[in-house]
Amino acid sequence: MATGEYVPHAPGYVDTDDPKIVTSRFGYEDSYTLDRYLATGGYEGLKAALGRTSEACHNITREATVLGRGGAGFPAGIKWGFCPPDVWPRYLVVNGDESEPGTYKDRLLMERDPHQLIEGCLIACYSIGLTQCFLYVRGEMAVAQQRLADALNEAYEAGYVGKNILGTDFSVDIVLHWGAGAYIVGEETALIESLEGNRGMPRLKPPFFPAAVGLYGQPTIVNNVETLANLPWLMSNGAEAYKQYGSETSPGTRMFAVSGHVKRPGVYEVEQGVTTYEDLLYGDKYCQGIRDGHELKMFIPGGGSAPWLFPEHVSLPLEARPVGAAGTMLGSGAIVVMDDSTDAVKACLRVVRFFARESCGKCAPCREGTSWEEKILQRILDGNGRPEDLDLLLDIGDNISPGPYPVASDESQGLEAVPFPPRQTTICPLGPSSVAPIVSALRRFRHEFEAKIATPVELGLRGPNAPSEAEETGLRGPNAPSEAEETGLRGPNAPSEAEEVAS
Amino acid sequence: MSRLNEANVALAHEIIARYPKPKSALIPLLHLAQEQDGWVTDEAMAHLAELVGVTPAEVKGTCTFYEMFKLHPTGRYMVNICTNIACQVLGAEDLLHHAEETLGIRPGGTTDDGMFTLEDVECIAACTEAPCLQVNYRFGLRLSIDDFDEMIADLRERGRSDHLITANPGEPIPSHGTLGLSRQHLTEERTAGIVAPELVTEAPVWLTFEPKQEEGA
Ligand SMILES: Cc1cc2nc3c(=O)[nH]c(=O)nc-3n(C[C@H](O)[C@H](O)[C@H](O)COP(=O)(O)O)c2cc1C
Ligand code: SF4
Ligand code: FES
Repeated sequence: MATGEYVPHAPGYVDTDDPKIVTSRFGYEDSYTLDRYLATGGYEGLKAALGRTSEACHNITREATVLGRGGAGFPAGIKWGFCPPDVWPRYLVVNGDESEPGTYKDRLLMERDPHQLIEGCLIACYSIGLTQCFLYVRGEMAVAQQRLADALNEAYEAGYVGKNILGTDFSVDIVLHWGAGAYIVGEETALIESLEGNRGMPRLKPPFFPAAVGLYGQPTIVNNVETLANLPWLMSNGAEAYKQYGSETSPGTRMFAVSGHVKRPGVYEVEQGVTTYEDLLYGDKYCQGIRDGHELKMFIPGGGSAPWLFPEHVSLPLEARPVGAAGTMLGSGAIVVMDDSTDAVKACLRVVRFFARESCGKCAPCREGTSWEEKILQRILDGNGRPEDLDLLLDIGDNISPGPYPVASDESQGLEAVPFPPRQTTICPLGPSSVAPIVSALRRFRHEFEAKIATPVELGLRGPNAPSEAEETGLRGPNAPSEAEETGLRGPNAPSEAEEVAS
Repeated sequence: MSRLNEANVALAHEIIARYPKPKSALIPLLHLAQEQDGWVTDEAMAHLAELVGVTPAEVKGTCTFYEMFKLHPTGRYMVNICTNIACQVLGAEDLLHHAEETLGIRPGGTTDDGMFTLEDVECIAACTEAPCLQVNYRFGLRLSIDDFDEMIADLRERGRSDHLITANPGEPIPSHGTLGLSRQHLTEERTAGIVAPELVTEAPVWLTFEPKQEEGA
């Protein structure tokens, strides 16, 4: 396959001459078929694994330091070791719920190379004695579901999955499961609730992490799609080969989706730790810089939940620890680039609105706080903001996530970074994530907020009784119930958040 | 009347059998009901409750948590335009606005002819291909306003469009409710055996035996 080209049957994927561990088949039109898979080294990793003891396979994964690719970056081999020794059965749940804003990689892996994922699941199950695997695919991914269903049927038929795999004592079932639209289900305990047939609301942890008490109360390993997709290559080539790529503390490669205002947005597989944001954003073989006539204003470095970074931070390597120290996270490998045409208030509102919509409603600071944040930002954008709104926003944020919130350094103001992660008064990190864009944007672009507040009424178009911008643009009708009402989070007669907040 | 039909009851039993506990099948079964009727009816939920052994209220409790389940009829095609951040900065709101104008509906609304329902949705994992949308959960990428109009005309005329990506080239876009066009089938001979967790008390055999791989498998 030619390098640097857009591969049309893997939309968004850009092939480079970098080493490939998980995207090596994306250039083939029929990459998802068993025939192509077998012709390109498929199921060799499984055979290599079955030629060793399960303990040896677990050790290889531990030695290679395969960091979780779902967001938290926890080493898979170590997580696997947390299963209590004598409790059976143990389950594997594959997190294919990819919905973090900006994230686009797991869907490609499922659509373009489903057998690689299946093989990865088998290796994980073999390594630590997991007897059933559930492949939880996001509901909105019809093509991925179809490809995985076809691939599983083929793999069962050919003896790679099911009873006595490849004639050995190893037997495991992989069941395709799919969701129905809820971002929060990507959180691992909510994923398990959902898989039990319930509303996808997170469980409180500690005390119990899924590896100890998970699906049906049994030890359960939850791993991201990309994490598992690394295992076939790892078993075929060994930990030493894996560690040749990337940095010492972040070995191997990672898929990054770079979207927004770059010349060539796309999904790139690059070596972790040694590649920098600058390489990716400006490199010739990657995104080739910001679109003509514009300059970088800010970027989201690791998905919608991550605090923002700014032009002076592009030299950071794509590695969890330094990015965390810089006040944000590498997260899900999602980089959203925004140039100087972007309205910071509007961008902030859009990300916050996502969290307000997706809050599961289980805890008050998140349920109430995220919708207040949205309402206040909306009124600022509409020209109805009040001077005290900015402190109010920060105060609401402080209720969800107390203390100094993680944020990038700002040399021009002599401000230091506050390292990741944030603290939380909530059950899960979704609520605290809503504070990230607010703290990031307010620290850097406070003048943009203030300017909107200072000029409330433009030529009489605005004012307290003018339709909101959302209404004008027809995004929601004036008589439509509020989103909160629709999702049943608040009753129709409850005071509006704006009223509550103002009082 | 909107209980699952005979063929779907058989499918439902097949799906339930894949889980160690029946309630786990609930979301796939709700999808099955929505595939049959285009939306999820109260009768279907009551039927699913019988099938998995929970109360209808529990089924409704689960169903209403998830955005994809519709409790009222929708258009044949659900047009979901992403307006989240990566798409917003590349003109998603213009695309949405155009869709509203041409279809004459706002998000949540359905055209009078019952063809299209419009939604303004969160990130759909195609961020590098903004602006983008899904029609019945099939992707349309880097869509211009002209592309959008063509796509709508294609769907009206032929029930498919080259602007939309399907698992196999040329596949039609099924009506709302149908997701993947193939299903997983577990056969009696090949399954490792799915049992309730209470019935498993020991470590799987392969953890305690030395590996033995047979030739030619
Ligand atoms: C609100 C929220 C949403 C999440 N969404 C996802 C997701 O869509 N996919 C994913 O793999 N992990 C997601 N995670 C992280 C999972 O909880 C979990 O850490 C991960 O699946 C573990 O897999 P890994 O160790 O292989 O990365 C999310 C976490 C939170 C708090
Ligand atoms: S923080 Fe928000 S999303 Fe997480 S459990 Fe609480 S209410 Fe639900
Ligand atoms: S932001 Fe639109 S697809 Fe991700």
